[in-house]
Amino acid sequence: MSDQSYEPSMVLATKTFDVVGTRPVRHDGADKVTGRAIYGADVTLPGLIHGAVLRSPHAHARIKSIDTSKAEAHPQVRAVVTSADIADAGDKTVDLGEGLTRLAFIRNNVLARAKVLYRGHAVAAVAAASVHDALEALNLIEVEYEPLPPVLTAPEAMKEGASLLHDDLTTTELGKPTDKLSNVASHFRHEKGDIEKGFADADLILEKEFDTSTVHQGYIEPHNTTALWNNDGRIQIWTSTQGPFTIRDTTAAILEKPVSQVRVTPTEIGGGFGGKIPVYIDPVAALLSKKSGHPVKIVMSRADVLEGTGPTPGSHIKVKMGVKNDGTMVAAQASLAYEAGAFPGAMVIPASMCVFAAYDIPNVMIDGYDVVVNKPSTAAYRAPGATNAAFATENIVSAMAEKLGVDPLDLRLNNASKKGTRRADGPKFPRIGCVEVLEAMKSHPHYSAPLEGPNRGRGVAIGFWFNAGLPSACNIAVNADGSITLVEGSPDIGGTRTSIAMQAAEVLGLPIENVSPSVVDTDSVGYTAVTGGSRVTFATGLAAIRAARDVRDQMIKRAARIWGVDADTVEFEKGVFISRNGTENRMTFAELAPQLAATGGPIVGRAGVNPPGVGGSFAGNIVDVEIDPETGKVTILRFTAFQDAGKAIHPSYVEGQMQGGSAQGIGWALNEEYFMNPDGKMMNSSLLDYRMPTSLDLPMIDTCIIEVANPGHPFGARGVGEANIIPPPAALAHAIHNAVDIDMRRLPMNPVAVMEAIWQKNGVTD
Amino acid sequence: MATVFIPGSMRDLTGGQAEIEVHGSTVRDIVDELDVAHPGVKDWLVDGNRLKPSLSVAVDGVVSPLGLLQDVEGDSEVHFVAAIAGGC
Repeated sequence: MSDQSYEPSMVLATKTFDVVGTRPVRHDGADKVTGRAIYGADVTLPGLIHGAVLRSPHAHARIKSIDTSKAEAHPQVRAVVTSADIADAGDKTVDLGEGLTRLAFIRNNVLARAKVLYRGHAVAAVAAASVHDALEALNLIEVEYEPLPPVLTAPEAMKEGASLLHDDLTTTELGKPTDKLSNVASHFRHEKGDIEKGFADADLILEKEFDTSTVHQGYIEPHNTTALWNNDGRIQIWTSTQGPFTIRDTTAAILEKPVSQVRVTPTEIGGGFGGKIPVYIDPVAALLSKKSGHPVKIVMSRADVLEGTGPTPGSHIKVKMGVKNDGTMVAAQASLAYEAGAFPGAMVIPASMCVFAAYDIPNVMIDGYDVVVNKPSTAAYRAPGATNAAFATENIVSAMAEKLGVDPLDLRLNNASKKGTRRADGPKFPRIGCVEVLEAMKSHPHYSAPLEGPNRGRGVAIGFWFNAGLPSACNIAVNADGSITLVEGSPDIGGTRTSIAMQAAEVLGLPIENVSPSVVDTDSVGYTAVTGGSRVTFATGLAAIRAARDVRDQMIKRAARIWGVDADTVEFEKGVFISRNGTENRMTFAELAPQLAATGGPIVGRAGVNPPGVGGSFAGNIVDVEIDPETGKVTILRFTAFQDAGKAIHPSYVEGQMQGGSAQGIGWALNEEYFMNPDGKMMNSSLLDYRMPTSLDLPMIDTCIIEVANPGHPFGARGVGEANIIPPPAALAHAIHNAVDIDMRRLPMNPVAVMEAIWQKNGVTD
Repeated sequence: MATVFIPGSMRDLTGGQAEIEVHGSTVRDIVDELDVAHPGVKDWLVDGNRLKPSLSVAVDGVVSPLGLLQDVEGDSEVHFVAAIAGGC
């Protein structure tokens, strides 16, 4: 009755399972391609009315007054809300699963109270009979502002005398609160070894500064929500979210309701990438519903999404690294100043855990700064913080290789982290695949393929993301026809319904077509953390494995009862129950399933997990580019993405994640940025002007999956959703450098930036 | 004895010591033992009957969701690290 499982710490290329590792058609495929899948904007209810949000025209201003009387008098308006409809949080803190957060920050981001802190900050909302009426009524709300000078970058916000966003924000300095009012919410440090000795031992030291722009996740489906505040006080919400339980808990905290009074149904989701974890419009729609007595739907415009929801931080990074002439890295130092946006919480802690994680360096010091600026409060975006950091580190590693005259992959291999390497933030790595990823890159035909012609160059880079575990729950019910229904709470962004179902099918020896998976509302499954941290296939998959084992164990007892044998004598092999107690009895899963009612009643397996054993993932890129020296345009000629997936549960979905993350990383590298004017207004808040790459901009992104088993998962799975976005900017910078001999230290590397670097190299001053 | 790695920001409570060997079979035991020798450590790490929400504990390199309830072996390494979640 042993479960199939991988031997820990081995490369898996030759291992096969019956279901895991195959490429079945996804369960939601037909609904998605026929347009029948229900997204948030499709939700409709009797009496539904529509909401719209008034947003700040200023990046930084005091709100002197808000007069909603004219809007309330509009004949089609049913309700108007402002922050006055939400209790003042004072200094209360809440734990919403990611550490203590000041409730005031969350509430004031949903509806601004005393100040607006970024252009697009929500100030008031209206519900009316139609969207057009609601938008018209917004124009009737009179807000008197006292504009204040904005600060738009971390270095600017950190200056002495900078305009302060918050009247009560003080710096936590190396873990200790201070009474210094500042835009720096915290400064922390990781240390390992002796950094001064490390640099003293180095033969070559390189030190550079880097800047990266604010970028958005760019999910195609805008945020949307429909809320109904029932007469009994219960709130129902249908919303596009990565975390229905996060929406439930946060909405409950904002509205001072017990979580049992809030039920959240996640609709299908058109992308999230980390940006659909925070709460924006759900409690606003709920308040409008309470006031109006109607269910209220709010759908953001694209400008609302870009200006009013969390992008990922811009950053200013300093990196200094030392290496010996024999190629041994001996010291590394980083200063990471990340923009949190309007409220503390920049993704600088994960950045600090990743900035040097790929390398086994004995002496390291990392300083991190969480800095508030007058931009939207930042959110996660695929491996949040790590892409910025790797852009800096990988630049220096490639430059070291060039100066030492060694192959850039050899330098990385010689210093690669492996099992037992101690990270600068403390723990030692368990089994990881950094070496295997680098070896796959070096032996790939792309790396040795000729690249000829002027202005062409090849670049490489790698990156690390640690991934997450966190709680997940799963229920499995057995149907009389031998199929199972699987219920889970992880919104399916990348095919996880199927990757989770496959793991249950593997345990129960069922064809994947006999598993019917559903993502359900918060009243219908146990607490499940967000679809984030590349955790779902790992953690919710583990819950499915355990729920399937629960089913299996219960069914073994039923088979034993039917045969009149001891349950200990019954084994389960590939979907067949077998008793070899004297005479051999055999019964398939499908034969036993219709006998459950007569042998004790329905069988429901269940599991709740909060698993350790998370497997971090390394990713790498090889990229060839050609630069137009007249325009600075970068054309990608060839791109190969590598990633350690552990066991690839559904290889097509792993490849899809690798291609999607690569495409987003390429956009971040070459085009995307929040283009802000000096007043803090985003000048490109449409997808015509916020230029994300399309299929016409990119070549086929080839993929190479490396499978180094994660010992913490029965099938060896690691999360794969994030590490793939980390290396593209650094690999492209390396390729551009090799093409036209310029050193790109700023993102995006758009034609203007490339031309400026070329002119600078050539001594052109105007 | 388990080896506890003291975060830099907590070392003023341990007289500057970065690594301390401590007896204990759970993280809770370790914290209690540390607090006897270095008063203030428990207040720094614990809120009520659990680790502060901003912290996680890693035992032998594995971040444990059990927090103070996590078992510790005689030769374990114990790190207190920032608690974070991911993004996709």
